[in-house]
Amino acid sequence: MQLSVADLTCRRGGRELFSGLSFSLAAGEALVVTGRNGSGKSSLLRLIGGLLRADGGRISLKGGNTEASIGEQAHYLGHQDALKPSLTVQENLRFWSAYLGPAENPSERALERLGLGELADLPAAYLSAGQRRRLSLARLITVHRPLWLLDEPASPLDAEGQVRLADLMHLHLTRGGLILAAAHGSIGLAATQELKLGVVP
Amino acid sequence: MMAKNHRLHAETPGPKKLPMAITDLANPSRFLTVVRPILPWLTAAAALMLALGLSQVFAAPDDYQQGATVKIMFLHVPSAWLGMFCWALMSVAALGTLVWRHPLADVAGKAAAPIGAAFTLLCLITGALWGRPMWGTYWVWDARLTSVLILFLLYLGVIALWRTVEDPSRAARAAAILTLVGAVNLPIIKFSVDWWNTLHQPASVFRLAGPAIHPAILTPLIVVAISFMLLFVTLHLAAMRNEILRRRVRTLQLMQAERAAE
Amino acid sequence: MSALFALFIRDLRLAIRVGGGAWMGVLFFLIVVALVPFAIGPDNALLRRIGPAILWLGALLASLLTLDQLFADDREDGSLDLILMGSAPLPLAILAKAFAHWLTAGLPLVVAAPLLGVFFNIDLLSMAAVALTLLAGTPALTFLRLIGAALAAALRRGGLLVPVLILPLTIPVLIFGVAASNAAIVGPVPFGTPFTILCALSLASLVVGPVAAAAALKHAD
Repeated sequence: MQLSVADLTCRRGGRELFSGLSFSLAAGEALVVTGRNGSGKSSLLRLIGGLLRADGGRISLKGGNTEASIGEQAHYLGHQDALKPSLTVQENLRFWSAYLGPAENPSERALERLGLGELADLPAAYLSAGQRRRLSLARLITVHRPLWLLDEPASPLDAEGQVRLADLMHLHLTRGGLILAAAHGSIGLAATQELKLGVVP
Repeated sequence: MMAKNHRLHAETPGPKKLPMAITDLANPSRFLTVVRPILPWLTAAAALMLALGLSQVFAAPDDYQQGATVKIMFLHVPSAWLGMFCWALMSVAALGTLVWRHPLADVAGKAAAPIGAAFTLLCLITGALWGRPMWGTYWVWDARLTSVLILFLLYLGVIALWRTVEDPSRAARAAAILTLVGAVNLPIIKFSVDWWNTLHQPASVFRLAGPAIHPAILTPLIVVAISFMLLFVTLHLAAMRNEILRRRVRTLQLMQAERAAE
Repeated sequence: MSALFALFIRDLRLAIRVGGGAWMGVLFFLIVVALVPFAIGPDNALLRRIGPAILWLGALLASLLTLDQLFADDREDGSLDLILMGSAPLPLAILAKAFAHWLTAGLPLVVAAPLLGVFFNIDLLSMAAVALTLLAGTPALTFLRLIGAALAAALRRGGLLVPVLILPLTIPVLIFGVAASNAAIVGPVPFGTPFTILCALSLASLVVGPVAAAAALKHAD
């Protein structure tokens, strides 16, 4: 499986964020996108997930399901955690695993792995920011999608949560997954490529 | 955000401004221990009084003009009284919430609203059933009926407010303000509606010249009113107990989430 | 299919939980309907004549209340991004949300309408006819509102924009809804003709609404 981006251009609000951007990512590889605020890290992730339209260039995912779009084969973790406060932790996760689905892991196991097992029946409103982020990470392991698009995944997490995140990403890569993460610093993975936005390529 | 929520912990003791005995009862834990043994007795008393009142209603004479339909009055009038009394009680509780910031006052106000709404609805329904043989329609836009309808709408508003805000202490303050504004506004609404249109008969029990109805009708009415009052107190105490327990569950859940974060 | 069902169940749950506001529409309906007699006076004959129109207007306004939040909430908490990335076709996902919304906000209006008919002295049979027109017509209102809700979410402008955009589109529904109700109560037009057109409007908007809303959401950014 290989993600290829060729000659990608993105304009937002009349301003050119990047143009002529090309890179490729093979199975088992991670790419960390860095750059100052407003350099287009989030936009690049949303472009690849199909949530934004490119102003030029091509994005392709070879070796995956040819019937499905890239968005349907990707997990997207944005700044918001996509949780409903009035639903319980369990209900939130079950919904996403049914909607994004077919589920690979039962939601109970995913919650256990992220240290949320005890909280399964509490409303998500009672969770802290770090717990909310862990709950949305649980989504990534209940449903298998080869490409992970993570937008600053570690920011609300404490040290222990960051370790769990690094474990999840490591496991995903060893199973042949692809990770594209936007971050300000290291994301805790040993071997990653880095793409710096905001400098003329 | 979560640390701040400790103030609404159900165990928070009341401020010491009030006399000692009331302060003791106002402590939610003490309240629960006092209410638990009383509640079965209250339930029995309410049921007994209601049975007594209804049997007296059956025995009461028919009205020479209205026939047996007049007996709807025995349910209609006490539920109207209770509907209004309940708002008065909620207003006192609202003062407790706003002035003394007392958690039990929040609970009293919240628990009273659905019960008051139910009595008001009972008043509207019995009124409609009474109106059908008397006036030929279930509903007329008459001053009395209309102001009771507005009271019912205000009750629904307060209930909706409680249901919309998840954090009970924030909801309590908003509901208390709404209740007090309603208490001030209700007489105004009542007078304006009186000017607007009237068909309903004037008050006949509470008036300066003394009751204008026959004791054979007045006695069962009073007995039913007392039984409704007992019913109200029973329901209200039970609802308050449920609400206190519900808040404890919420507090425990918040603590559980916090503990897991450590 | 299970994805759509999950979305449907989730929206039902959200509507009936704390803060969901499933009953807010009915309450608003009740208040709007109760206000009208104060404005025009307690003239029973007049109220009886315009009762169906008032009920329809009340239902129209009440169904405005909650719908503009339909996509805005999902947009704000990031759920909309994930809904767009699901493998279910977007118009069908929107339809699932719309059904859940109609069940919690539209159907209660239909149920409440006969009770409110008592206030206007409309007899039970006629009231059943009015309720039937609401049952046939409120889905059309929901599906048309979808477009406005989607546009509001895409433009990140809520509030009064949705009613301004969408109320003109609902005029035909209002016309045939009130016409069918009046036909049932006073005649002389047969009930069937306007009622069939009303059903046709609902079915047409069932197709147009979700497709247009999907287009609006897809081109959001």
